[in-house]
Amino acid sequence: MVLIRRLAKLFSAVLLLATLAPAASAQTGLEDALAGLTARSFSDKETAILAIAASGDPRAETLLQALQEGDLYFRRSDDRMVFVRDAEKGYDISDALTGEELGNVGKRKVRKVSINNKLRGVLKSALGGLRLFAPDDGARAEAARALLSDPDPAMLSGIERALAAEEAARVAELLTLARAAILAQSGPVEDRLAAVAALDGSMNPDVWAVLGRLANAEGDGDTQTVAQAASEALARIDSQKQLYQILETIFFGLSLGAVLLLAAVGLAITFGVMGVINMAHGEMLMIGAYTTFVVQQLMPNAIEYSLFVAIPAAFIVTGLIGIGIERSVIRVLYGRPLETLLATFGISLALQQAVRTIFSPLNQPVITPDWLSGFYEVNGALSITYNRLYIIIFCLLVFAALLAILKRTHLGLQMRAVTQNRKMASAMGIRTGWVDAMTFGLGSGVAGIGGVALSQLTNVGPNLGQAYIIDSFMVVVFGGVGNLWGAFVGAMTLGVANKFMEPFTGAVVAKILVLVFIILFIQRRPRGLFALKGRAVES
Amino acid sequence: MATLAETGGAGRGRRSPLLHLSDRGTVIFLGILAALAIGVPLLNQLPESSVFHVPTYLVSLFGKYVCYALLALAVDLVWGYCGILSLGHGAFFALGGYAMGMYLMRQIGDRGVYGHPVLPDFMVFLNWKELPWFWYGFDNFGFAMLMVMLAPGALAFVFGWFAFRSRVTGVYLSIITQALTYALMLAFFQNDMGFGGNNGLTDFRDILGLDLRSDGVRNGLFVASVLALALGYIICRMIVASRFGKVLIAIRDGESRTRFLGYKVEYYKLFVFTLSAVLAGIAGALYVPQVGIINPGEFSPINSIEIVIWVALGGRGYLYGAVLGAAGVNLAKSYLTVAFPEIWLFFLGGLFVLTTLFLPKGFIGLITESRLFRRRAKEGQGDG
Repeated sequence: MVLIRRLAKLFSAVLLLATLAPAASAQTGLEDALAGLTARSFSDKETAILAIAASGDPRAETLLQALQEGDLYFRRSDDRMVFVRDAEKGYDISDALTGEELGNVGKRKVRKVSINNKLRGVLKSALGGLRLFAPDDGARAEAARALLSDPDPAMLSGIERALAAEEAARVAELLTLARAAILAQSGPVEDRLAAVAALDGSMNPDVWAVLGRLANAEGDGDTQTVAQAASEALARIDSQKQLYQILETIFFGLSLGAVLLLAAVGLAITFGVMGVINMAHGEMLMIGAYTTFVVQQLMPNAIEYSLFVAIPAAFIVTGLIGIGIERSVIRVLYGRPLETLLATFGISLALQQAVRTIFSPLNQPVITPDWLSGFYEVNGALSITYNRLYIIIFCLLVFAALLAILKRTHLGLQMRAVTQNRKMASAMGIRTGWVDAMTFGLGSGVAGIGGVALSQLTNVGPNLGQAYIIDSFMVVVFGGVGNLWGAFVGAMTLGVANKFMEPFTGAVVAKILVLVFIILFIQRRPRGLFALKGRAVES
Repeated sequence: MATLAETGGAGRGRRSPLLHLSDRGTVIFLGILAALAIGVPLLNQLPESSVFHVPTYLVSLFGKYVCYALLALAVDLVWGYCGILSLGHGAFFALGGYAMGMYLMRQIGDRGVYGHPVLPDFMVFLNWKELPWFWYGFDNFGFAMLMVMLAPGALAFVFGWFAFRSRVTGVYLSIITQALTYALMLAFFQNDMGFGGNNGLTDFRDILGLDLRSDGVRNGLFVASVLALALGYIICRMIVASRFGKVLIAIRDGESRTRFLGYKVEYYKLFVFTLSAVLAGIAGALYVPQVGIINPGEFSPINSIEIVIWVALGGRGYLYGAVLGAAGVNLAKSYLTVAFPEIWLFFLGGLFVLTTLFLPKGFIGLITESRLFRRRAKEGQGDG
């Protein structure tokens, strides 16, 4: 029994050793290498640095970093490596390997590990190489990008090793570019030309800089040949970049157009179908945005999903308010569009003040869910921000839903009938009053949904509606009344036109020009792009 | 829509336009204006201890209302008589104001903060080296007054020329006038436009070499405003009472029919729109020295809509109704924005809704109609 117990003890001891062994050996490897740094000779230190870099220990990077920044010291008494922080008196030191605090010591008790320029270069490339093997994709990409912006022939072997091991396509691409950037600098002319060809077509701004340096290099025939190739590549990249820039502007313009359309489509319905100018439309947007705020206040732990609750909530709230306005005021004023305009303007003032009184005159903080922020980088010249992308998609969904309601439902059929000929529709038994209320509710509800979208883009305050009402009118008037597609084309055109002018004129002047353009456009086509034809026009 | 016969004040037989000024409303109205022009400066001269003393700040406040009244009159001329609902008359008002403001800026001379002999403070601040060309001549009062009328008039003429010729009417016209004032607001907010940007023009000191802050000048400006209002009223009354005015009313009530009768509708509209803009510009020019500042906020669309509600509330198509509306709403505004700032927008909003719903002809319309109703009732009794 004793024997068995002893054997078991021994066995467990061996097991313990076996698990500890690799860690212990790595530790000693790093420790041994570190010890080399206390040497006086710089070549010994270089060996030590390379050994540290090769140790594969996770602490290696911190150590080398500290060495590069001059924070790595060793204690004169026992050659122990320490990190040093300035204290009021002397230094606060901590063990470089374990992080153990070793208290305050006099400045003379420790000695800095000195480095010279050559070692700085070694350190830099060693650090760069280390980061190329970092566990995190982002860190590796960052390291590769740094190499690309400052191609160092010393790093070539490191890059090639990293490239062989790399699994993330994004990082591999950057590494390939970095490798080409290094190869293009020197060597046989064929290799250099091949490297330039590899760089060609990349939208990365660093590649652009590398090619620029190559194109401007002065020297013998080979350099000239490479420079020629580089400047040709540059020209191709430039023209491609311009293309991407145009694409980006179009994207920005479409997203602005989507915002305009979301703001204006409700107006297109009420104005188009009922001929009612609803100046309180902007306030419907505002109330939609405030609904988002309230929903977020009610569900603070589920902000990510708040928008999905806010959209139907805003539709219902603003839709009901819209029906209320229609039944109480607008119904009385049919056939008197200018009076309707004034009355709804009065309502808009009262609604603004109501929001000021209930909430506050200040802007309310509406939180943007995480999945709405961030961007997708297509390449160096073009990146697509998610919020713009989602707003376009959302706008298209809303628009499609509206089209479906108008074309496929019973209500839509009646709405179109009333638009075309109110009296005839009434004679055919359509309750025009009811259709009007529903139409107005629908238009207001859609405005509320637009408000939810706007809450993610601009400040949510009592004046939100006013900022969009004129734009909305411009869209509807430009597109032509009584036609959803008119509003669609109008909004997108105005959005894209605005964004194309902005770089030349600035945002405000672009807006002014668009307004002036619309004023002039109305002179040519007083009924908008897609005008209703026939007798309905004159009434 | 009111028919021709219902229109108060205008269209009673064939008389010389001048004779129309003898109708009762006009006589009362001009009498009140005369009383104001004489009474207010006199009451201002009383010692401060007197109960009837009108402090100078009140004189300027009344002067402001009178300017608003002239503006409302201008809107009533186009809306009440020609059916053009302009939501951009604030722009003409502000342009006139800016022209006056530029003159007043030049009057400051080297007394500005930076002491530059020619450039106004904001230009020195923006590091401008010389006066922009469009500021030339504004040191001359006559030229400035010419521009007060010419700038809004020219804008209205060009805008109206395009809009009326291509038959932009109704709500479309309203919306593009609104776009016009909105665009101008954005433009004037720009610093490099050369009109002081966000802060506008202010810190005025002198007008015609006289201290702007002195009681005498304040009273003088008030009297000038009342005279301008009276003159504007007389011009408008003569126009609407003439044959020309009848065509305007015909256009309001049936534009296509008037056109088919052979009238050049667009020229009538253009004339009256331009004249109205000039009146609005004069109102703005008198407003600026009394208020002491002009900034791009005056261009904001909400201001223009507010003017329309003054007219609607007072009663459109009567001329003095607009004046009454402007004075009434602004008195209420001065009181409510101080006493109950929360209530003001509810009040104004409520006015819009209630006026359009229950007072389609405004306050004056209510009185006229009730008088008509009573007379008819009496006649009915006599018959029976």
